[in-house]
Amino acid sequence: MSPGQPSLPQGLSLLRRARGDTALALCWVSAAIVIVPLALIVWHLLARGLPAFDATFFTHMPKPVGEPGGGMANAIVGTLIVVGIGALIAVPVGVGAGVWLAEYGKGQFAAIVRYTADVLAGVPSIVVGVAAYGLVVVPMQRFSAIAGGVALAILMLPTIVRATEEVVLLVPRSYREAALALGAPRWRAIQEVVIPAAAAGIVTAVVLAIARAAGETAPLLFTALNNRFWSTALDQPMASLPVFIYDYARAPYEDWNRQAWTGALTLLIVVTLLSGILRLTIRRAPGGR
Amino acid sequence: MDGAYRGVLGSFALFVFVVAALIVFECARGAAPALQKYGFDFFTSTDWDPVAEKFGALPYLFGTLVSSGIALLLAVPLGLGTAVFLAELAPRRVGQIVAFVVELLASIPSIVYGIWGFFVLAPVLRTTLEPWLGSTLGFLPLFQGYPFGIGMLNAGIVLAVMILPTIVSLTRELLLATPRSLLEASLALGSTRAEAIGVVLDAARPGILGAVILALGRALGETMAVTMVIGNTNRISASLFAPGATMSSVIANELTEATSTLHQASLIEIALVLFALTLIVNAIGRLLVVWATGGRRDVAGAA
Repeated sequence: MSPGQPSLPQGLSLLRRARGDTALALCWVSAAIVIVPLALIVWHLLARGLPAFDATFFTHMPKPVGEPGGGMANAIVGTLIVVGIGALIAVPVGVGAGVWLAEYGKGQFAAIVRYTADVLAGVPSIVVGVAAYGLVVVPMQRFSAIAGGVALAILMLPTIVRATEEVVLLVPRSYREAALALGAPRWRAIQEVVIPAAAAGIVTAVVLAIARAAGETAPLLFTALNNRFWSTALDQPMASLPVFIYDYARAPYEDWNRQAWTGALTLLIVVTLLSGILRLTIRRAPGGR
Repeated sequence: MDGAYRGVLGSFALFVFVVAALIVFECARGAAPALQKYGFDFFTSTDWDPVAEKFGALPYLFGTLVSSGIALLLAVPLGLGTAVFLAELAPRRVGQIVAFVVELLASIPSIVYGIWGFFVLAPVLRTTLEPWLGSTLGFLPLFQGYPFGIGMLNAGIVLAVMILPTIVSLTRELLLATPRSLLEASLALGSTRAEAIGVVLDAARPGILGAVILALGRALGETMAVTMVIGNTNRISASLFAPGATMSSVIANELTEATSTLHQASLIEIALVLFALTLIVNAIGRLLVVWATGGRRDVAGAA
């Protein structure tokens, strides 16, 4: 064998190369395949949802069975109210708990809280719905917007807690030290220096959590239930966009099915908009990736 | 003042723990009548007859496991391929686009997947894919029977799309977290690019297994999309074309209509079991990912 020659027989080397190239090509192919479902979903949402995507859909009430037309105004307002209740509960608690974990969370109890937040994040949303049903609906003896809000709050909580902790930890130590050196007590240093410094990141986490909750259906099925009429009473069943989409999609009326697609398109636009806002704030957040 | 501030924040943290405890307590309390009455038979019986008050959850367990299994079978190879593509192969711009698409897939609400699976995927399966599978692989019981379009296969495919983001983004992070020196050493020893990437994949294997298990945890609990495309019958069938039901879909369908205490308790027991199942699966998955990354925050946090 002369020094210039490859030590392997040419044939084997070819085989190796071919196998390797095939494997890499397959990686390209799978990346291409992964794009397909999203493209298809967006395409079908536009094709089927756009025809009914007009002012009527957003401003009119649902028509009675059999009458075509109408919109989902009550469901859109209902979603805003239920998600609002959820945020009202989850944001102060979640941010507070997150700040506590970052600033004071050293002992065993903090480890337990961290662990339960992780566990909560993995609980299927339908199980959260069942729990909210038992905790709120059964004692109140009726389905209500409040019950729906509680269910969504539980779903938002873990995201807010863990993300808040993470961004607060990223605030430089020197900020705290400077505040303390200027004579501020610890609570003021946290409240007036650390939290504002982390605000952009916290807002990001909150928006992410709200966006996710706005699209949830399963936890609302047996908490807020549904309502075909205009209602802003918090202790009464309340319509929501996802549940409306679910009901309309299963109904045997073509007009309803069409509106379900429009509802789905609306939901997707809201989620995309919120994540768009998110991407903007991420750039300003300390430690945003 | 300091103490009060600390106390208020601490009570919020306590609240997080209380919420989790309440969920467990509520499910356990609600399930108690069914637990007492049926015991272990609950998991081996296939009867589900609210009128006769007979409740067995085996068809739902079966449906959950099978639909999640199909999802993993489809999503794992695709997800790993895409993750390798993103971490090692992709040109910058292309990689950014694919990563963005994967991110978007993760943010699509479950109900939107459901409506798409129901109105778009089901007809395609019914008229094209299932008849074709039946005529080419029809000798297997898996691909026999009437092509409904709605059923296990549909649920599996929709779930696969839904869990892809989990597999792709975690695996990508894991691959990027693997020391570059492995890749370089392997290349220096004369391996091809593909072989060198294989070495990196080998090194990341426990973490990747963790990512896959976390994706499984997501598939097990997924409700709305599955409820819309699985057909909702409590039959156990060998055929993937046949309709079925999962633990989550039966709860979604029946809890509001359950009038008898036992019916309700049985549904809540299913919720309790689902909770326990996802808890265990997620714990294993997260342990593997955290262990594989040595507790690096960004990856472990994403888990």
